[in-house]
Amino acid sequence: MSHLSADILSRGRALVGLYPEPRSALIPLCHLAQEQDGWLRPEAMAEIAALVGVTAAEVRGTATFYDMLHTEPVGTYVVSVCTNIACLLDGAAELLEHAESALGTRAGGTTPDGMFTLEESECLADCDRTPCVQVNHRYVGAQTPESFDALLGDLRSGALADTVPPHGTLVRVRRTVGLQATKQAVAAERAAAAGAQLRRAEAASPSIPSGQGS
Amino acid sequence: MAITDAPKIVTARLGHPDSHTLERYLATGGYEGLRRALTMTPEAVAHEVDAASLLGRGGAGFPAGRKWSMLRKNPVTYLVINGDESEPATFKDHLLIERDPHQILEGVLISAYALQVTQAFIYLRGEFALGLERLQAALNDAYAHGAAGADIFGSGFSLDVVVHPGAGAYICGEETALLESLEGKRGFPRIKPPFFPAVHGLYGEPTVVNNVETMANIPWIITNGGAAFAALGGGRSTGTRLFALAGHVRNPGAYELEMVKTTFRDLIYAPVLGGGIRGSNTLKAFIPGGVSAPWFGPDQVDLPLGQDEVGAAGSMLGSGSVVAMDSATCMVRAAWRITKFFARESCGQCTPCREGSGWLERIMHRIENGAGREEDLDLLMDLCDNISPGVAWPPQQTTICVLGPSIPSSIASGIRMFRDEFLVHIKDGGCPFD
Repeated sequence: MSHLSADILSRGRALVGLYPEPRSALIPLCHLAQEQDGWLRPEAMAEIAALVGVTAAEVRGTATFYDMLHTEPVGTYVVSVCTNIACLLDGAAELLEHAESALGTRAGGTTPDGMFTLEESECLADCDRTPCVQVNHRYVGAQTPESFDALLGDLRSGALADTVPPHGTLVRVRRTVGLQATKQAVAAERAAAAGAQLRRAEAASPSIPSGQGS
Repeated sequence: MAITDAPKIVTARLGHPDSHTLERYLATGGYEGLRRALTMTPEAVAHEVDAASLLGRGGAGFPAGRKWSMLRKNPVTYLVINGDESEPATFKDHLLIERDPHQILEGVLISAYALQVTQAFIYLRGEFALGLERLQAALNDAYAHGAAGADIFGSGFSLDVVVHPGAGAYICGEETALLESLEGKRGFPRIKPPFFPAVHGLYGEPTVVNNVETMANIPWIITNGGAAFAALGGGRSTGTRLFALAGHVRNPGAYELEMVKTTFRDLIYAPVLGGGIRGSNTLKAFIPGGVSAPWFGPDQVDLPLGQDEVGAAGSMLGSGSVVAMDSATCMVRAAWRITKFFARESCGQCTPCREGSGWLERIMHRIENGAGREEDLDLLMDLCDNISPGVAWPPQQTTICVLGPSIPSSIASGIRMFRDEFLVHIKDGGCPFD
């Protein structure tokens, strides 16, 4: 009985098929596992390892490099308050302080009810709406201490459930189409393209000795 | 100098609330550039981009056409698009991805045709949840429309595009780290040489890595011709560029401006752009191209928005982000926060960067919090010198990638421009702005 659900596993296999090398699917698969569990459980990492043909340690080794992949449990809502330069210039440190007291946890911590994890984040690339806050990587616009309290209320009541899914769900739009290129297919197409290119080059300037291309 | 009447090349569609949809894209000339490109030879398409002299819009400003031409002798296997926008205060790719994803896709499709690539990856920053959804939806629609996938518009050319989410790491914007990440590994920049992914890229194969905004320019260049693009701007900086203006201005936002013919003064002060500094304060300093760039003072606002012009003045246009800081800003605090960012995002491979960034951050922190010593200023510069010998611009490097030599920029700028402010922190035992 696998830890990852049949749905997640079948989507995971489709992901692996998108890449010439299975390991390229490792990070997308970690996101998918977080969609199921909210964080990266050891059982999930073991199954991801099997899907892409590496060891569980290699999955963990990769995952721990990245801020968005959590190898410890996090809240249903991960609230990221940016304090980098553009936000710092517009009251971000004060907003983070307010967030810490409103949630009763320091940045990096999770509320006892498991609802919120608070993060002090680096730049979130939305610097004309400062200070910038994301919840589960969804922008919620510039925040003041007052609007932040209202935001927490809306998250608790479920009023934002449509726009902010539980932590772990990153991309809700499924890939519906496309080729699934094998490395062999890419190599064959590349060889064909190179041959065609050479023929065109020769046709354009017959003086170029064959083999050098252009 | 004034704001010019240059066409909007990458932001023309953004005023429409449905700018991200295929319907809007097709109603506004979308995929016409691709149709046109498919009637040309791949070499002719590449020639148009070369003629445009388009400089890469990611940060390094390498000519896109030259990147491509390296591969003419050595056919390329993969096209990888860098959408890992993470340079602090840069938010222009984010806008283009969310609001006009088809434009990026069309650029990718045309570029892939020019390079005769059959597999492209668009690596998007993981934190762009909406952008990832919009781009995937656009890709689904493009396939259904026949603009992507097999036998595009009946031309016989096929391209598969995969939208790949990152997972939160600034360093993955560095192109070799991005490739490592795309291979499912930690985002460690690769040791150079080989210098270019064109030689050793994804899975060791020849690869072109281009930025999202670079791609967004391609459809216009093919539709209007490389010469029309090259006629805009000046010197090596052709065309327009999307500038992300942040900080203490009345109207922060992303503005597409003709390069070289507009200045930092236009961007910061023009009523239809930044609108000047907020409230009754004045401009104290500005960062001209992302936090890796050395700072400029108010006496440099008349510099043109051009890559070589800003470079000659001792900084860089970099990622196209401009941060204005007003007279009430504590420069020690600003430099400390930027240093903290680098300390956090250093990948840890190279000692000068890994250790140096942490030491610098702790010294900056103690100065800002009143525990600084007068000799700290020399110590800071000495540490900066260990990371980037000479602390000059363009910077020397002791590390695998340019994150290391980016660290000293804010500290050296702060000390050189605002030494007195550092000394007041130290003498008074605290921050005078608190």
